[in-house]
Amino acid sequence: MSQVKIRRRVSSRFLASEVRLIAVRRRNQAGLAALAAVPVVIAIAMKVAAPDRTGRGQGGGPDFFSQILSNGFFVALAGIGVELTLFLPIAIAMLAGDAVAGEANQGTLRYLLTVPVGRIRLLAVKYAGIVMGAFLAPLVVATSGILAGLLLFGGGDVTTLSGTSISFGAGLLRLLGVCLYLGVCLTALGAVGLFLSTLTEQPMGATIALTMLTVASFVLGQIPQLDWLHPYLLTQHWQDFGELLRDPVSLSALQPGLLTAGAYIAVFLCAAWARFAGRDITS
Amino acid sequence: MTDLAVASHGLTKRFGSQVAVDAVDLAVPRGAVFGFLGPNGSGKTTTIRMLLGLITPTAGGHELLGRAMPDRAADVLPRVGALVEGPGFHPYLSGRDNLRRVDAADRTAEGRTAEARIAAALDRVGLSAAAAKRYRTYSLGMKQRLAIAAALLVPRELLILDEPTNGLDPQGTREVRTLVAALAAEGSTVLLSTHLLAEVEQVCTHVGVMHRGKLVAQEPLGKLRADAAPMARVLTDQPGAAATVLRAMGLTEVTETAAEASGRLGAAAPEKVVAALVHDGVPVRGFTVQAPSLEDVFVQLTGRGFDVSS
Ligand SMILES: Nc1ncnc2c1ncn2[C@@H]1O[C@H](COP(=O)(O)OP(=O)(O)O)[C@@H](O)[C@H]1O
Ligand SMILES: [Mg+2]
Repeated sequence: MSQVKIRRRVSSRFLASEVRLIAVRRRNQAGLAALAAVPVVIAIAMKVAAPDRTGRGQGGGPDFFSQILSNGFFVALAGIGVELTLFLPIAIAMLAGDAVAGEANQGTLRYLLTVPVGRIRLLAVKYAGIVMGAFLAPLVVATSGILAGLLLFGGGDVTTLSGTSISFGAGLLRLLGVCLYLGVCLTALGAVGLFLSTLTEQPMGATIALTMLTVASFVLGQIPQLDWLHPYLLTQHWQDFGELLRDPVSLSALQPGLLTAGAYIAVFLCAAWARFAGRDITS
Repeated sequence: MTDLAVASHGLTKRFGSQVAVDAVDLAVPRGAVFGFLGPNGSGKTTTIRMLLGLITPTAGGHELLGRAMPDRAADVLPRVGALVEGPGFHPYLSGRDNLRRVDAADRTAEGRTAEARIAAALDRVGLSAAAAKRYRTYSLGMKQRLAIAAALLVPRELLILDEPTNGLDPQGTREVRTLVAALAAEGSTVLLSTHLLAEVEQVCTHVGVMHRGKLVAQEPLGKLRADAAPMARVLTDQPGAAATVLRAMGLTEVTETAAEASGRLGAAAPEKVVAALVHDGVPVRGFTVQAPSLEDVFVQLTGRGFDVSS
């Protein structure tokens, strides 16, 4: 038999296949629909509630509820504020927990590795899928919130947290900024999830562990006696997204959150690699 | 370049205190259909996982197609098709979509030709009609076929198939045997692990016998049989007397029934045995020398029956 010439192509086929795998999964579609439903529920609830009653802000974050009645724009921000403490982290935890552990659980991991897919390449593609999800999720919440808000309360100039007024279009840009900022935060959460996913063959285990870590991190962040710990908490600066609604925007106020996220990404991607590179695949 | 498709040296894997694979020196010649035979738990799958670089050996090393593994895995594995411990696919994707995913992961495969290659692989294992069904609806036999199809997406120089007929009905088993023979005829080397003696006898040119983690024999099939001592059977109305003679002649494992005595011929020549029987006045109604079955060979090699290794 003549020797087959082996040429390795630079190709996006595997990444495209990964995106498709995530996208066609019913569970992921349902999760995305649930994320999109929350702002709609908020908008409807605000509409039917008495005009003098307004909601409260969540988890110490900025309070956007009080402004919803005057401007639908704030449905998006209220939705993001509500979902940031649990729904968005769960969505990322589902995706990240599944990344490696899901393939191991189904027995597809051994077949990918014998194709062969290099282990670093596999982690890279898996993480790329998580990152896409991390940026898509807040965007979905925001889009749904804007649509529901416009429909039920109308639009108009947006009053910033500093009390100034900006155009609706400028407001949308700020909202996009919020989504990007939270996308980075959730990307960091996804790095932790990817690491957890290399530890087990049970995707649900990794998902639950990551969700519990997030909740614990939020809780610890609320305890003043533990303020020495706060700078190290992944979730500590997530609520800083409100800084983008000030006038003028102080980007330096977002720096701590971005640096924390960057550090978590670096540490946990290295940990995932260290764990996965030489691991025995017995699944 | 060596003429071995698989060569391992002292390949060993320990799980805790248990030695699952113990200093295995595999030598699979190119072009062979190598039956990797052993009862459940004898270390076949663990060996195959090491060969493919899925797990790291505790000791020893190996080459595939003349290249050191796992260092050259990126060059070697695209030329190796593998089925390891049963099929593994995404349940909510169709059979065809699962193959698309496997093919997309292969950087050496051409995207342009993917659909044609996938269709050909599905056709080859007889799954074309069920290709659009979700994998979760497949029977065990269909799953097994899909796993074989995945190994055939591109031409392979070496196929490592771990129990490929598991879960297949007799018809499917025959089809897989025919397929393996056809692949070998096309020039692929096949390493076929199995716990079924019949499978080895029907398709393999070479056989390696695993027993409790050790490779206890490794030879061309014909030679293994020839080396094993044949059985001598004496038909007689005095089996007791015949058995005494057989023992005196150095035959082992001598047994007697109502109308015959039999034993394993060691160094004893059959004609000398017959002469001795006649000389001692044992009435000989018939005398046969039987080539041993593979099961006999296995029992000789391991001193015990072909059952689960503990
Ligand atoms: N991941 C593992 N951890 C511990 N023991 C294992 C593991 N995998 C296999 N073994 C043990 O190694 C031995 C060989 O198993 P295996 O290679 O699967 O045998 P075979 O494929 O021949 O049936 C068995 O006793 C099995 O229990
Ligand atoms: Mg096995």
